[in-house]
Amino acid sequence: MTTPIPKTATTTASPIDQSLLYPSPYKEFWHAFSRNKGAVAGLAFMCVIVFCALFAPWVAPHDPSEQYREFLLTPPVWLEGGNWSFILGTDELGRDLLSRLIQGSRLSLLIGLSSVVISLLPGVFLGLLAGFFPRLLGPSIMRLMDVMLALPSLLLAVAIVAILGPGLINTVIAIAIVSLPSYVRLTRAAVMGELNRDYVTAARLAGASLPRLMFITVLPNCMAPLIVQATLSFSSAILDAAALGFLGLGVQPPTPEWGTMLASARDYIERAWWVVSLPGLTILLSVLAINLMGDGLRDALDPKLKNAA
Amino acid sequence: MKLLPLQAAMAAVLLSAAAGLAAKPLVVCTESSPEGFDIVQFTTAVTADASAETVFNRLVDFKPGTTEIQPALAEKWEISADGLTYTFHLRPGVKFHTTDYFKPTREMNADDVLWSIRRQLDPNHPWHDKSSVGFPYFESMGFKDLLKSVEKTDDHTVVFTLTRPEAPFLRDLAMAFTSIYSAEYGDQLLKAGKTSDLNNKPIGTGAFIFQRYSKDAQVRFKANPEYFRGKPPSDTLVFAITPDNNVRLQKLRANECQVALYPKPDSVEGIKADPKLKVAEMEALTTGYISLNTEHKYLNDVRVRKAISYAFDRQTHVNQLFGKGNAVIGVNPYPPTMLGYNTANQNPPLDLDKARALIKEAGVPEGTVLTLFTRNGGGATNPNPSLSAQLFQADLAKIGLKVDIRVMEWAEMLSRAKKGEADMVSAGWASDNGDPDNFLSPLLSCDAVKSGENYSRWCNKQFQDLISKAREVSADTERGALYSQALAVYDAEQPWISIAHPKMFTAMRNNVEGYHINPLTNNNFATTQVK
Amino acid sequence: MFSFIARRLGLLIPTFFGITLLTFALIRLIPGDPVEVMMGERRVDPEMHAQAMERLGLNKPLPAQYLDYVEKLAQGDLGESLRTRESVWNEFLTLFPATLELAIAALFFAGIVGLLAGVIAALKRGSLFDHGVMGISLAGYSMPIFWWGLILIMFFSVSLGWTPVSGRIDLLYDIEPKTGFMLIDTLLSDEEGAFKDALMHLILPAIVLGTIPLAVIARMTRSSMLEVLREDYIRTARAKGLSPARVVFVHGLRNALIPVLTVFGLQVGTLLAGAVLTETIFSWPGIGKWLIEAIGARDYPVVQNGILLIACLVILVNFVVDILYGLANPRIRHQR
Repeated sequence: MTTPIPKTATTTASPIDQSLLYPSPYKEFWHAFSRNKGAVAGLAFMCVIVFCALFAPWVAPHDPSEQYREFLLTPPVWLEGGNWSFILGTDELGRDLLSRLIQGSRLSLLIGLSSVVISLLPGVFLGLLAGFFPRLLGPSIMRLMDVMLALPSLLLAVAIVAILGPGLINTVIAIAIVSLPSYVRLTRAAVMGELNRDYVTAARLAGASLPRLMFITVLPNCMAPLIVQATLSFSSAILDAAALGFLGLGVQPPTPEWGTMLASARDYIERAWWVVSLPGLTILLSVLAINLMGDGLRDALDPKLKNAA
Repeated sequence: MKLLPLQAAMAAVLLSAAAGLAAKPLVVCTESSPEGFDIVQFTTAVTADASAETVFNRLVDFKPGTTEIQPALAEKWEISADGLTYTFHLRPGVKFHTTDYFKPTREMNADDVLWSIRRQLDPNHPWHDKSSVGFPYFESMGFKDLLKSVEKTDDHTVVFTLTRPEAPFLRDLAMAFTSIYSAEYGDQLLKAGKTSDLNNKPIGTGAFIFQRYSKDAQVRFKANPEYFRGKPPSDTLVFAITPDNNVRLQKLRANECQVALYPKPDSVEGIKADPKLKVAEMEALTTGYISLNTEHKYLNDVRVRKAISYAFDRQTHVNQLFGKGNAVIGVNPYPPTMLGYNTANQNPPLDLDKARALIKEAGVPEGTVLTLFTRNGGGATNPNPSLSAQLFQADLAKIGLKVDIRVMEWAEMLSRAKKGEADMVSAGWASDNGDPDNFLSPLLSCDAVKSGENYSRWCNKQFQDLISKAREVSADTERGALYSQALAVYDAEQPWISIAHPKMFTAMRNNVEGYHINPLTNNNFATTQVK
Repeated sequence: MFSFIARRLGLLIPTFFGITLLTFALIRLIPGDPVEVMMGERRVDPEMHAQAMERLGLNKPLPAQYLDYVEKLAQGDLGESLRTRESVWNEFLTLFPATLELAIAALFFAGIVGLLAGVIAALKRGSLFDHGVMGISLAGYSMPIFWWGLILIMFFSVSLGWTPVSGRIDLLYDIEPKTGFMLIDTLLSDEEGAFKDALMHLILPAIVLGTIPLAVIARMTRSSMLEVLREDYIRTARAKGLSPARVVFVHGLRNALIPVLTVFGLQVGTLLAGAVLTETIFSWPGIGKWLIEAIGARDYPVVQNGILLIACLVILVNFVVDILYGLANPRIRHQR
């Protein structure tokens, strides 16, 4: 992730004073972040998930696609009929649920991360353009975004997946497209706010080129809300991917994506609650963790945004 | 004496209570909304159940629970020796429904039959262009070329002339798309300029009169007191549209509906265990299969196709997918109860060594990737396509073939499979009329390679000659022998892996009586009631 | 003020055309065509296919098709569904009330519970209750609602048997759709117990659909309430000796509501997206399910115009919220 650039509430002090008064910006950021206990808990949980994702093949007790056909729908170990070799039980094909959930974390993080990157970059660029060219280009971009925002996002995603065909990459693309407008709007709003500031005028007068103005002068100062938005859309990307999987349009089997696991387990809801409950719970907890972190980031990075829901 | 009025009142109360009981509606939980009620414009079974089976009748129909033909609107018929002329004698005194939108002035006669058939056959018929996508079933069954003419000789006699002998013709006439409409109602709508009403406010001769339809919620019918086979026992019939099969079952348990169609095969055991419920079951005339594209590299080698057959763990597959005893393992393209089923064909035993040897012999490199197209929602022939595909994938992995599963939306899969993009397609077929031709011609003929439905793209001259011939002869024994030979060719060539012929189930409350489960998967409630 | 509204309205026209173009393009980019879908595995006669495509006007070049579409639209003709041959407008009219009823119930639930929880959390800032509300609302915000729906069904309908599993009403009741809103129709009908039954059917889906708006509204109310409570006029009101309840609900909440209102408006889109999933889980006969099925069936007119109608609705609601916001806050009115 990009290095967060903390923005302090006091901007009057000169740079030298600031470095004397304050510890390093990172320390200060951590200080603000760690005051939020929820955020720290979220971060801790995310660390576990990231660890699982990175080392999935070593952490997972079984191959997630291996079908143990003698052990279909084995309940979790604490229930009657449970088996210590399948701690969270098995699914309808006798695959180890824990291993699939661990492997699934890889996928969900991948989907979340890549769709954020894929929509963040063009989103920020379009937002900058819209902010810098308020006459013709800006409004046209904004109208386009209005159009996309007017369509219910899930329907749009379904249509895009239908066009591209289901699959991991196409799911990512669909989610990225759907979350594009919020980046554009946010960037534009931030840019419009910054453009009238003195430092921008100063840079202009100093003869900075347009790209320099856009990317070096203005953009870094718009980063705080964007970082917060990126965390939020990271979590909603995971939710959207799961929803697409639930509608049968997600990644291809036997890939263990959480939403797809949930959808295929739906038929067993009366007989084997764990195959339905556990993937859903995993989605909930990870999304919650990311949102908690997002809250913490927002409080730490941008106190002004504290009131935005 | 003074007590009399009170007694009378009490009796009246009791009577009306009894009437209230008798009027208990029969609620059937169905799987989806009918597309409309002008059945000739549509193709799905749900639509047929809500129109052809309730509102309409045909000249002939299937005896409940069988594929045998019985007289319906035609009392009797003669077939000429050359098999080209069919003469139908209509049943007198059959009345069309009287509703608030239509009051018939005459009984059903030959004009109604002509109207119903010519509307689809004759491009100059005033109703011909009123269907925006044409008459799909009529056309896909090849009736345009098959029918030379339909004429009436008197008010109660209709003559069909064919261009060539067609053994399954009588059975075709029992299918939904030959339902008999009221010509009088048609004329009335045309005059009023309300042609779309034919689709919303159907009029027929059937056991039930259409009352109301709310999309995605329910269809309501009431009994037709003048039905020619006698008024059906249920006064009110409601189709409660409930797409999720778990929910259908939950509603049945809660007595929100008395009949639930298409329960998941693996929930059947639980239904049987519930003392308040029962299950009707039957070996339906359906097949779930995987086509092997005989035009693609490696699969064009019959040894590879045989190897897949050796590696495919049929027993586990069928048990997992349908539950033990809920399906017959497939060998031939159609189920054992049908004409010409070849009992000499047998599935090979599960033999991975043999399979590996065949693969090696055919020179298929280790780790060759084959694509398998499958749809994203379950249906009667495959309740869980994704599960089925993953089981198959695991089987083939054992002999070094990698299966790339592509779960697709139904429409996309059809479109791409027809273009021959897939190596393998997981598909299914449900018989329309119980005739073997209805399996082999649409799915495995050379014509079907051209139009795309033959996903194996397998055009075998010997096979084709046999099934073409079987179409034209009329004696069942002779036809049976021809089909049996054709199936031997099929078995040697292995263009498909036939997975299973699933049983069909209908779950209902214990007090439901007179329901017949049908091998053609249609549902008719004319004799069903809640006791 | 008038020019403000006119300016905002002017912005809607290109958006509207953009939507028509987008939906038109989207559905045509999806592989497969409606005639093919209708035939399924059955044989599609090429001649019949060509005829059908011609009759539907789908054999023309795309720009001509688009012009046809816009021309029809200008005449107020939304076309007819290729799948059911029913007019799109009629289908929309029968299904939309179901979605609207569900959405209103969900917003009602979310609004009342969310506002109350938010206000109390703000008043008891830092208390256990406050932390609880914030924690739960964040969890609600993170909820995969399709899973939430399944869990609620599993618990309340299947295990406890308190609520019905799905649908809008028990089919023993024969309710004539006069308004399309089941709660009103059951009241108008003389069937006893029908209203209660319809209400019971509505509870779970409304909770599921209302969960995310509830979380957002609770958080929003809390923070905007906190801000308002710091304002001078609240202190003045308190100093005047007004009852605490009056201070909070009359003076405080009224002002705190402005940002909450915007959130309400923004939630309409979320609600409609959520409705797709909620309707699928509860077999609720609404437009979300309708559109998903129409995409699957390549039912071009339904997808184009159904989405257009919904999009217009979203735009309209946002427009109204915009105007109200402008009325409440003069600073906004004069911005670009």
